[in-house]
Amino acid sequence: MINKDLVIIGGGPAGLCAAKMAAEAGQSCLLIDRNRTLGGQLIKQTHMFFGSEKQFAKTRGIDIANKLVEDVRKHPDLIEIWDDATVVGLYQDKVITVLKNELYIKVQSKAVIISTGASEKVLAFENNDLPGIYGAGAVQTLMNVYGVKPGSRIVMVGSGNIGLIVSYQLMQAGVRVLSIIEASPKIGGYKVHASKIRRLGIDIVTSCTIKKAIGTEAVEKIVTVKLDEKWNEVPGSEKEYEVDAVCIAVGLTPLTNLQSMIGSEMKYISELGGLVPVIYPNHETSIENIFSCGDASGIEEASSAIVEGYITGLLASKKLGNVHPRYDELMDEYNTQLNNLRNGPFGDKILNGLKKQGA
Amino acid sequence: MRLRIKEHPILNFEEEKKVIHFTFNNLPVTGYEGDTIASALHALGIKKLSESSHWKRPRGFYCAIGNCSSCSMIVDGEPNVRTCITLLKEGMDVRVQTNKGEIHDK
Amino acid sequence: MLAKEGVATLEQVQSRFPNHEILARPKAIIECYENIPCNPCSTSCPFEAITIGEDINNKPEVNFDKCTGCGVCVYNCPGLAIMVCEVSGDKLRFKISYEFLPYPVEGEIWNAINRKGEVIGDALIEKITLTKRQDRTALVQVLVDQDYLYDFVTIRRKI
Repeated sequence: MINKDLVIIGGGPAGLCAAKMAAEAGQSCLLIDRNRTLGGQLIKQTHMFFGSEKQFAKTRGIDIANKLVEDVRKHPDLIEIWDDATVVGLYQDKVITVLKNELYIKVQSKAVIISTGASEKVLAFENNDLPGIYGAGAVQTLMNVYGVKPGSRIVMVGSGNIGLIVSYQLMQAGVRVLSIIEASPKIGGYKVHASKIRRLGIDIVTSCTIKKAIGTEAVEKIVTVKLDEKWNEVPGSEKEYEVDAVCIAVGLTPLTNLQSMIGSEMKYISELGGLVPVIYPNHETSIENIFSCGDASGIEEASSAIVEGYITGLLASKKLGNVHPRYDELMDEYNTQLNNLRNGPFGDKILNGLKKQGA
Repeated sequence: MRLRIKEHPILNFEEEKKVIHFTFNNLPVTGYEGDTIASALHALGIKKLSESSHWKRPRGFYCAIGNCSSCSMIVDGEPNVRTCITLLKEGMDVRVQTNKGEIHDK
Repeated sequence: MLAKEGVATLEQVQSRFPNHEILARPKAIIECYENIPCNPCSTSCPFEAITIGEDINNKPEVNFDKCTGCGVCVYNCPGLAIMVCEVSGDKLRFKISYEFLPYPVEGEIWNAINRKGEVIGDALIEKITLTKRQDRTALVQVLVDQDYLYDFVTIRRKI
């Protein structure tokens, strides 16, 4: 058994920022990530980020990842990194089991920050399991990390920010996006992203969903259908598209396997993407010294995950007796930043969700 | 090869990469160093990676980050390998998985 | 229009433009119609011509007296929602952001495109810059017909 005071599970924006703050507070920690590269999903975000410069606005996600990883690597004495290591168990005595290099390792911790991120939602329709039907994030990984196009003719399902951004990135990679369809009567994401897509000549069809996919070994064709104001299919409004890939961008759901496993109190909050841990003051779950932040405790933008990571890092190290020399000032600053990010109309949903999530 | 991105306004894919030889259902094929098994197969136009265990429906990857297990294949005799996150290695034997994966498969 | 199709109405577009006299000099046109948490246009402007304020969800306001039309905000806008416009004789000169390959080359004639993605006419490529500071967002200066003031938004290569 290995002993570690603070273990951070997940090295995406939230986990990296939590580790940085912990180290600055003089708190040692072990950062575990299952991927070979730290940075979480930032490593495939080729677009410039929103927010303010404090959250790296106008910097491309790929470069934010590098900056955050660099910050963490500045503290080799305090931050130990295990990459390509998967946490497979988290128990009430705060023992963590890790699979690393085919070895099963046990770690006894005093406090844990769960920052495991999210997974992509799926959509129910006929033949939705055909190869060639991919989550939007999968398409981003395939083309922006591995340099492989998902296909040559694609339809995007969902017009939230991810659907719009990935459509733009598909066009940049030389893939033809035939259409973006959106079940709700309005475009879900930022209109600046939507306009960016429209001027490329891609239609955004609202009140429209995918009815079925057709194909033998992989998707060859899809049928879309319009929806009325009660979300019922409009008979006769079916339209066929010949495609070799379909991209599903219907949102994310928090990866909360570990919170559930350790038995922390959970709640279904649709505004936050599904099942989330109840969050107590201090950013703890219902179990003392088990913290949760970033998308793993509710789906938001990466900029919010960054700030939440900083806050949780400060709180967790304080709990373990290491108070950051500028604790009060930084907490004020980061809370102000979070409020600012959530202040606009797009933040309303998040704020509603957070209200329900609080203990 | 038509699915490989050669030029990109933001990213750089121009660097020459080492070719990796492997087999797919006994067929000799190639990918590049840095590829996962799934990305290399996709670049070859191979999308079907497994069959659903009951109805034997074709399955490809869905999430590409190791969450969904839709990309499970038999690699070097080992079943249920998540090929979307497993790096391609020289000489790998990669096969479409058509069952739940048995211990004696290995 | 904007909420359903992603296309701003003529009224919305016109509200972002100053009058013709002011446009005798190049000015930034910011098509940011929504309150979103974002402020790089304001913080990157070397002339403090763009104001957002404390709440980064506010929409940007351009002070056309201070704006020199330099184009720095054009490639710093994460939404690529800014262009620079100038009336030049019977033509219009635009500076737009462009993130696709192949890049246009000086002297080429490309298609002028409107907000729906339709071809409206020709665009003469006058200049393209892509410095390190621009971080992979090219700035393209084009000349188009004066009729396209509220229509022109981007370019597309002729096939």
